[in-house]
Amino acid sequence: MRWKYGLPLIVFAGLVLLFAFGFRLDPREVPSPLIGKAAPLFSLPRFVDPQSQAGPQTWQGAPYLLNVWATWCVSCRQEHAYLLQLKAQGVRIIGFNYKEVRGDAQLDARQMTVQAETEFAWQRIGEWLRDGGNPYADLVVDLTGRTAIDYGVYGTPETFFIDGAGVIRYKHIGPITRELWEKSLRAKWQALQGGQ
Amino acid sequence: MWAEWGQFLLALAVAVAGLQALFGLVGAARHRLAWMVAARRAAVAQMVLLLTAFATLIGRFLASDFSVALVAKNSSTLTPWYYQITATWGNHEGSMLMWALALSGWTAAVAWRSDSLTEAMRARVVGILGAVSTGFLLFLTLTSNPFARLVPAPGQGRDLNPLLQDPGMIIHPPLLYMGYVGTAVVFAFALAALITGRMDAAWSRWARPWGLAAWVFLTLGIMVGSWWAYYELGWGGWWFWDPVENASFIPWLVLTAFIHSIIVTEKRGAFRAWTVLLAIAAFSLSLLGTFLVRSGVITSVHAFASDPARGLFILGLLAVTVGVSLLLFAWRAPMLAGGGAFAWFARETTLLINNILMSVAAAAILLGTVYPLLLDALRLGKLSVGEPYFVAVFVPLMTPAVLFMAIAPFLRWKQDEWSRLARRIVGDLAVTMGAAVLLLWWLDHLTLRAWLGMWLTLWVAVGSFRLLAERLGNRMEGQSAIERLVRIPGSWWGMWLAHLGVGAFIMGATLLGAFEARLDVKMAPGQTAELSGYLFRFLGVQEVPGPNYTAMRGTVEVRQGDRLVAVLTPEKRSYHFSAMLMTEAAVATTLWRDLYVSLGDRVDGDEWVVMLFYKPMVLFLWLGPLLMAIAGVTAALDRRYRRTQAAAMPTVALAARG
Repeated sequence: MRWKYGLPLIVFAGLVLLFAFGFRLDPREVPSPLIGKAAPLFSLPRFVDPQSQAGPQTWQGAPYLLNVWATWCVSCRQEHAYLLQLKAQGVRIIGFNYKEVRGDAQLDARQMTVQAETEFAWQRIGEWLRDGGNPYADLVVDLTGRTAIDYGVYGTPETFFIDGAGVIRYKHIGPITRELWEKSLRAKWQALQGGQ
Repeated sequence: MWAEWGQFLLALAVAVAGLQALFGLVGAARHRLAWMVAARRAAVAQMVLLLTAFATLIGRFLASDFSVALVAKNSSTLTPWYYQITATWGNHEGSMLMWALALSGWTAAVAWRSDSLTEAMRARVVGILGAVSTGFLLFLTLTSNPFARLVPAPGQGRDLNPLLQDPGMIIHPPLLYMGYVGTAVVFAFALAALITGRMDAAWSRWARPWGLAAWVFLTLGIMVGSWWAYYELGWGGWWFWDPVENASFIPWLVLTAFIHSIIVTEKRGAFRAWTVLLAIAAFSLSLLGTFLVRSGVITSVHAFASDPARGLFILGLLAVTVGVSLLLFAWRAPMLAGGGAFAWFARETTLLINNILMSVAAAAILLGTVYPLLLDALRLGKLSVGEPYFVAVFVPLMTPAVLFMAIAPFLRWKQDEWSRLARRIVGDLAVTMGAAVLLLWWLDHLTLRAWLGMWLTLWVAVGSFRLLAERLGNRMEGQSAIERLVRIPGSWWGMWLAHLGVGAFIMGATLLGAFEARLDVKMAPGQTAELSGYLFRFLGVQEVPGPNYTAMRGTVEVRQGDRLVAVLTPEKRSYHFSAMLMTEAAVATTLWRDLYVSLGDRVDGDEWVVMLFYKPMVLFLWLGPLLMAIAGVTAALDRRYRRTQAAAMPTVALAARG
């Protein structure tokens, strides 16, 4: 009957393997079904002027990166500084702010009115851009996250590589780092230019 | 300077913890008395270091030193001084430091307040705790340095999350952490038993008060947390089966099983391997709770930190801790087997049933909490498990547990006669079931759920008073009832009070669920609304300045007939540094009911949405656990644990020298 004392260990080892396997599955490797398709159209308020709206139709004509982010997202903070460098290199980055208030686990948006949520979001985004710099050629705000659903966004940051014709060519999940950019992403960006 | 000083203290604490582990474990294995004493001194030194580091951090908060990143993120010059102090642990880094401090506090207590343990046993326990502490302090210094600088320092801090600016948050985290970390002590006792292969009645008497102490803290911590959620979140609920709540409730269930199982180990020498396994599980699940809350794998009301590096570190720590202890268990536990045999109708059986039900409930809640994460990790989709699941598994498991809880104390150890108790059990069952029907019929609320709760309440009440009467009525000893009352040991009172507390809690939850009422109304000044026999009159809203917020304060008069019952002032606060509106509910409490008012949105002009709640018996939700905690203290202070320990001393000192 000695073996039964090993059961807890075996069960636990199984759980650890399961977890380790689960974490090894890199969400970045999952291809987006949107690749090769036209970027879904939308009209969202611009950060600079909430009265005016913008969408893929506005940005068409030249390739761009559609960068999905939020101020509560820790990895977005890491990525932000590098985005500024990319901007300096001439990469056109369009910002897509995702669920600025509702997505923040520290806040309870249920306690807010729509107007308060809007004001609060604009205030936080403003502070972020003032403190950290603004890498975005244009920036739209999706408070509810409804538009992001069309893009299959399930976390931040995510970046869509969209060519001049408005077709999504690549989707990068997770922060853009110097290493990743130089290894593979730069080539993807340059391919967008060629496809024009 | 101060921040570097704090960092230095933490680095020193890591080294001291490592030495404590080394001296304790090696010293005990090699019978080196000097090493064992050194381990104990290291434990105290570690506590002093961490206490000083913690005080340094509090000092930084009080001084509003925004060059420390943690202070800048969680405090401001306008934050009242008491919330500047609590802001120290109202965040990831500070709360982890508090975790480590609590662990060193427990360790120092074991090192110096347990003279009766054998020196070797004490050295092993202190050594194992030192190893745990080393891992945890490494986690703290490598991934979550509370003293990290922020350059350049901002002129003003970001203030503490308004949700945490509340008296409940002053005591909830320390209590909960003391509970979480207290499980480390029984864990260390269990590992020491596995290492030595010795686990006798003396071991149980040593470990039991520590288990009870951890259980008391965990009980109080969960209770205060629930109370905080009730009045601070402004939704009127008291338990949400939120992953973070579950993270504290799962170890509580396992620890509850442990403090029952260890009774059998003490009195009958049985369930030894099982008791050890429960101790390991309780601590592992406390660590898992920390992982769940602190890694950001779940996002919930409470999850304030998110950083994958931290999560992976805790996960690694967890894997090593649990892996090593279960390996030790697989190897050594067979040596612990044995113990007195017992018949199916005996007290051991009922305690075994308790153990199984508590463990299954803990496993079911764990599954419900982790399953969505697992599915997500394995990319099988996203899903959320809510209250219906937890209620559906918890109630059917706890019903038999409560049923047996009131029978177990009447049963004899080893073997009992069903015929001796049959008439009484069946009689009480019939009477309480019938009485519950009559009571609810009279209250005009006869539903299955309310009936189940009322029946269990009456069942526990009748059982408890019958038990006391039997104890006092036992004339065999030839003493007066008063003498017999005085002679009842603390552990018996502990059992009696704790079980009564369970009854009080069930009564509160049942009657609250059955009779609570809620009304959301749009009110202009002077308008009234009626709820459950109370007339609420809205007198309007005024702007009132606070230290670091501006409040819109509503005034609501409550009358019952002509009598003014309460004047309630719910607030809607706008904190300067967060721009987020906080709902501050107002509550008028009596023993029998709460009147709860919270302010919703302004509709237009003077009109506001006001949420009115009538919450009968809600106080019993906290009184029940409070009674359980008092019971735990009573049991832990039972003279038996101290007396026998002192007697065990001489032999041990010899053994240590040998």
